[in-house]
Amino acid sequence: MQEVCLKCSFSRINKTILADLHSAIYVIRLKRLLLKLVLSKFSILFKFKKSYKITMPTISEKILSRASGKQVAADDFIIANIDYAMAHDGTSILAVKAFKEMDAKKVWNPERIIIPFDHYTPAHTDTGAKLHQGIRQWIREQGITNFFDIGEGICHQVLPENGFAMPGKLIIGADSHSCTYGAFGAFATGVGATDMAEIFASGKLWLRVPQTIRITVDGKLSKGVSAKDLTLNIIKTIGADGANYKAIEYYGKTIQDLSIAQRMTLCNMSIEMGAKTGIVPADEKTFDYLKGKAKEKYEPIYADDNANYCEDLYFDVANLQPQIAKPHEVDNVFNINEVAGTPLDQVFIGSCTNGRYEDLQVVAKILRGKQVKVRTIVLPASRSVLIRATESGIIATLLKAGAVIMPPGCGPCLGAHQGVICEGETCLSTSNRNFKGRMGAGGLIYLSSPETAAASALCGEIADPREVV
Amino acid sequence: MTVKNDLNKITGKVWKFGDNVDTDIIIPGKYLRTTDMSIFVAHVMEGIDPQFSKKVQKGDVIVAGENFGCGSSREQAPLALKYAGVACVVAGSFARIFFRNAINVGLPIIEAKIDCKEGDTIEIDLGNGIIMNEGVDYTVTKLPDFLQEILTDGGLVGHRKKVDAV
Ligand code: SF4
Repeated sequence: MQEVCLKCSFSRINKTILADLHSAIYVIRLKRLLLKLVLSKFSILFKFKKSYKITMPTISEKILSRASGKQVAADDFIIANIDYAMAHDGTSILAVKAFKEMDAKKVWNPERIIIPFDHYTPAHTDTGAKLHQGIRQWIREQGITNFFDIGEGICHQVLPENGFAMPGKLIIGADSHSCTYGAFGAFATGVGATDMAEIFASGKLWLRVPQTIRITVDGKLSKGVSAKDLTLNIIKTIGADGANYKAIEYYGKTIQDLSIAQRMTLCNMSIEMGAKTGIVPADEKTFDYLKGKAKEKYEPIYADDNANYCEDLYFDVANLQPQIAKPHEVDNVFNINEVAGTPLDQVFIGSCTNGRYEDLQVVAKILRGKQVKVRTIVLPASRSVLIRATESGIIATLLKAGAVIMPPGCGPCLGAHQGVICEGETCLSTSNRNFKGRMGAGGLIYLSSPETAAASALCGEIADPREVV
Repeated sequence: MTVKNDLNKITGKVWKFGDNVDTDIIIPGKYLRTTDMSIFVAHVMEGIDPQFSKKVQKGDVIVAGENFGCGSSREQAPLALKYAGVACVVAGSFARIFFRNAINVGLPIIEAKIDCKEGDTIEIDLGNGIIMNEGVDYTVTKLPDFLQEILTDGGLVGHRKKVDAV
């Protein structure tokens, strides 16, 4: 049996650490109490009308308080109840293995587990097919109904489209880009396969409540510059590990003006700064998107005024130019003019960062009636994106321009199959990672927006979308 | 089968790496579609040193810079290192998911900035937070006890079985 402490619901830890944790909690509580006392005296002295709140929680602190059933603050260790858990074909393999090794028999709740097949789809080797077969069988045994087989799309597109990404929810995915669901005001983060096995078995996970960085963005994005450029610019400023262990909350007029798809691009790449999650507070756009889709009732969660942020950062995008991340780090970001002219062997448009309908739409607009000069691979992020793009003629436009259309999924993004590059080749990609060996054994990966990728496809070299009309 | 770790006595030869060693370096994505550990081992660190899997010996230690294990959530990364025989990874800092995964699969890790060269013999006492290299002692922040316990049990699977059995 697990040992669970009644005071803090923390389990499976020995007595010393429990005592340490408790004394730490008590010290914090005592400090808060003293602060409260001092502030209450002040408010009497100065007849402050406003009552002081001592805990001024961030969105993450509030969501994790609800999920753990107690008031928590940054740096607390908690055991949280998970609302939805996701594992794809790449990670569920090991999660199921660990689940079985744990001698677990039944999953905690088959309705709250979502398994999309997207990483190695359709299977292209015997081993791949065998693993798919094994997971499908386990899914049937466990009665998991939220199974999205090959061709349905990338996990991070499938979950929002099917209404699982809702404000205020705690969503854990066995994939690092699970932070994408923060675009809907959820606390969403990625874990590994054994953590996922633990969730499959118990519905719970230990987490440390993150501190939060507040990012405020103002200014209007100019023509040819989009959310991806803003995202790359933020990553350049913060660095590849600048937000390690932390959460990010995004505010400001620019963020409000972003579409849901663009917010997903932004939140998707929070992990590229090491962040645990990146959250855009829910608003009318979020509610509209979720109308008729939301899987259950949800309650949007907002930070308190003057919540405790560990850092406050401001960005003005009025003069932002198209951005490019050069190999082999995502924070190795430059203005387009410093990279323009770099010859390309391949352009890849897709991934959970930029494979949505809006992305294909801007690409089609640039390619319409023209011919690409370099092999160009387009992967719609999901079946529904592909259907929409087919019905609206976008797919025909892309095909006529010489692009190759591939089935929805991850494809070349992780270099597993379809569109792999070799040593000495250069690819411009709309995805989120340019690590060495990511898209094949060798090669150079540059990251950009769909606008820049489309313009570059037409030129056969990295090109400024503002100059290619 | 989970194998228990002795956290207080790790002695091994150092392999040095820099900052931002990402999971695509540790184990490229194309090798993930299997649960066969020998495949992960054969390609471990391929992204930075294709010969590494041949050179690494059981009990060796990796010493790296900041943000070790950044990138994907793939647990195959710490598994590849563990099954290749790496006894411990010492890094200035770890990426969040890699940190969790390493503990969960029972790969000892510790955050520390130490001076050393490739080939040095390093001694690590994780339980007491002490690292010794070439006559210099470093005191480092210990992992919380409950994480040490998971590591000692060889990972979360072994730990869960032990706790459930009590
Ligand atoms: S599209 Fe790429 S980054 Fe996104 S989930 Fe698939 S492999 Fe990961």
